[in-house]
Amino acid sequence: MRSKAMPKPSWNLEYLMWIFTRISGLSLILLAVLGISLGLIMGARTQMDMGTLMRWALFPNSNHVLDSEIPDIYLWANGFWQIMQILVVVFAATHGFNGLRVVVEDYTSPGFWQAALRFIILLLWGFSGLVAIYVILGS
Amino acid sequence: MALNRKVGLIAGAKYKGGGPMLAWALHRISGLGIIIFVALHVIASFLTQQLGSDLGISINIIYESIYFQLFIVFCAIFHGVNGFRIIVLDIWPRLIRYQKESTWLEWFVILPLYLLTAFIMIRRFLAG
Repeated sequence: MRSKAMPKPSWNLEYLMWIFTRISGLSLILLAVLGISLGLIMGARTQMDMGTLMRWALFPNSNHVLDSEIPDIYLWANGFWQIMQILVVVFAATHGFNGLRVVVEDYTSPGFWQAALRFIILLLWGFSGLVAIYVILGS
Repeated sequence: MALNRKVGLIAGAKYKGGGPMLAWALHRISGLGIIIFVALHVIASFLTQQLGSDLGISINIIYESIYFQLFIVFCAIFHGVNGFRIIVLDIWPRLIRYQKESTWLEWFVILPLYLLTAFIMIRRFLAG
């Protein structure tokens, strides 16, 4: 089988988001694994139940572990975990809203309503990102 | 991109896409499921913590019910494992030949993970 020359990709939104979806998907898996392993190192095995650790893994916010018996909440609420939360939120929100855009575009035809829905998704993405960063910096 | 293909639900379901098509459809459904869950969770937390509203607590009751949780756990596990499979196939395009086999393989990861989790959740639910 002879291979053809690779077509040169143009850098449009579709191609950029296609790449971003792969990178962010992989990053989210890694961030969840990091959340579980660092949580276990910080003493989750004896201080919290499985469900709480899973909530922590998906979004490492100190409000997610308040109902467990942690002696020192500072270990779970500091600048490092705030950066981790911002990474999770930025990757997850962009990945999710872009996925929603792709699904919406599949079931609508180009025109006013598609443009309107795309704009609403863009607004929701920006708004939820701002709210999330407000919550992260405030907790 | 919408190409104006008018394919109805029944005609679409009869299409013999097999395992890869099932994975594609479930990837969409599970992605939308996660969006619905996260949106409900963010709205409920906002209403409870910022406004002290009872509406937040009633939304909380919906997504903390065992049925919703079993659905969401499936969505998260399936979307994660299937997404990982897609990424691996995209990084090494030669593996596309084994796409059908890879959809079989992923169920060997998803089913034990999900069934064990569901077993623990249901046992805890029944114990009260």
